[in-house]
Amino acid sequence: MLSLRNVWVEYGDKVVLERISLEIAEKSFVSIIGPSGAGKSSLLRVILGQEQPTRGRITLDGGLLPTECGPDRGVVFQRYSVFPHLTVLGNTLLGLEFAASPLTARLFGSARRAAVAEAEAMLEQVGLADSRHLYPAQMSGGMQQRLAIAQALIKRPRILLLDEPFGALDPGIRGDMHALITRLWREHGLTIIMVTHDIKEAFGLGTRVLTLDKRRHDPHAPQRYGAGVVYDLELTRKQAEKQAAEAADEALGITIDTKVNN
Amino acid sequence: MRWVTANPGRRGSLLLGAAPLLVLALAYIIAAAARHADNPADKILPLPGAMASAMAGLLFEPDQLSGQYLFWADTIASLWRLGAGLGIATLSALLVGLALGALPPVRSTLGPLVTGIAVIPPVALLPILFIVFGLGETAKVALIVIGVAPFMIRDVAGHIGALPREQVVKALTLGANSWGVILRVALPQALPRLFEGLRLSLGPAWVFLISAEAIAADVGLGYRIFLVRRYLAMDVIIPYVAWIALLAVVMDLALSRGSRRLFGWAHLGAR
Repeated sequence: MLSLRNVWVEYGDKVVLERISLEIAEKSFVSIIGPSGAGKSSLLRVILGQEQPTRGRITLDGGLLPTECGPDRGVVFQRYSVFPHLTVLGNTLLGLEFAASPLTARLFGSARRAAVAEAEAMLEQVGLADSRHLYPAQMSGGMQQRLAIAQALIKRPRILLLDEPFGALDPGIRGDMHALITRLWREHGLTIIMVTHDIKEAFGLGTRVLTLDKRRHDPHAPQRYGAGVVYDLELTRKQAEKQAAEAADEALGITIDTKVNN
Repeated sequence: MRWVTANPGRRGSLLLGAAPLLVLALAYIIAAAARHADNPADKILPLPGAMASAMAGLLFEPDQLSGQYLFWADTIASLWRLGAGLGIATLSALLVGLALGALPPVRSTLGPLVTGIAVIPPVALLPILFIVFGLGETAKVALIVIGVAPFMIRDVAGHIGALPREQVVKALTLGANSWGVILRVALPQALPRLFEGLRLSLGPAWVFLISAEAIAADVGLGYRIFLVRRYLAMDVIIPYVAWIALLAVVMDLALSRGSRRLFGWAHLGAR
């Protein structure tokens, strides 16, 4: 679905990413790991459209990726993903309001009621239905990230990009969030690309793990060579589990043994 | 109990806050009484009674020449000038500050100009304003605007410019265009800062108002103070200064209360 061909990212002399060629399949959950400064976040920003690759081309569904951030790619950052001046409901509604009225970016009357119902359904899914009138400053970090996910998902993005989304959370909360994102990924058939520092998280959640690192290193000019994909692991077992789960969804009412050999 | 962790409570704070004011008033009365004991006709430190009778004339008796109640005419004239100046400054801070903060091309174009205007001492421009706008109301309002608007503009622009980049990117991924980002992301977050900037600008605005009135006016609180100075009329000057202080305090309180009521989200952390 998303395809990167020989993508390079350079800041002046400094090469951050070189020769990145990737095919990312629909409904996959790609984890990106690698040491600090290996260009994980740069890769995410390029896919997001926040930055432009200096070379190479990126296509989404066969067409060139728009060079600006747009509603086809949702994002959740580690921090600052939600708007402090809006309530939980307001934050979730925002995406619907932008789409509906470019001039006032607000909804009124029955259109608003429909949007509120949709937003509340989305909040229900992330477990924030009872907190709809709180402001982000009144919520914990985990709740804020739940809100950020709901806010992004309401736009039904083709790809959801997560930039160390759970990095700032307590271990216990992180576990809850892992369960939540896995459930949402299955239910909505999302395609997710997640950058993380946590190797366990990368393997636990992803169906595919990419490791970015420098293939070559020149000690006299460390900025000369950029990072590339050094490991690209398909976690096939989880794919199989997922397909089985999907098959079970499709064959509603028919009992299917979803257990896989392992 | 340690001093750094002591919490005086609500009533305690009120009492503690009132104490220095009372001490100051008492010290004044003692000093005034001492001077009057030496010289009953002393004008430098008038007794409260003298101030009351001097003010009663301005408050309740129409002026023989103009037929106006001078105190109220002064107050209305000054507040009108102050309100007009601060209103124009606030509006321009909102419009220009928002554009400067949210739109990098506008920042590149107008940023140096705003900085240039901001570093000029406004009172140095007063002669130009008087020449251009005449001695009427326009010049005084313009002085207030030129005095406080650059600060407010830069304050709002700086605040909006410092909003996390993530917020803008997030809004774009939610389908916003530039206008949408300004309207729904930058503007609501600029407003509490604007209130704060307005509060901080009240002091300078009063300075410019009194300066302009002192130089060329025929009515106004500043004009009256500088007029009666010629007669050493401390019995009018002191109550006028107290009245100005009271007006400024009320405005400050109203703005901070208003900000808390309108933008509760901005004050959640500071509670």
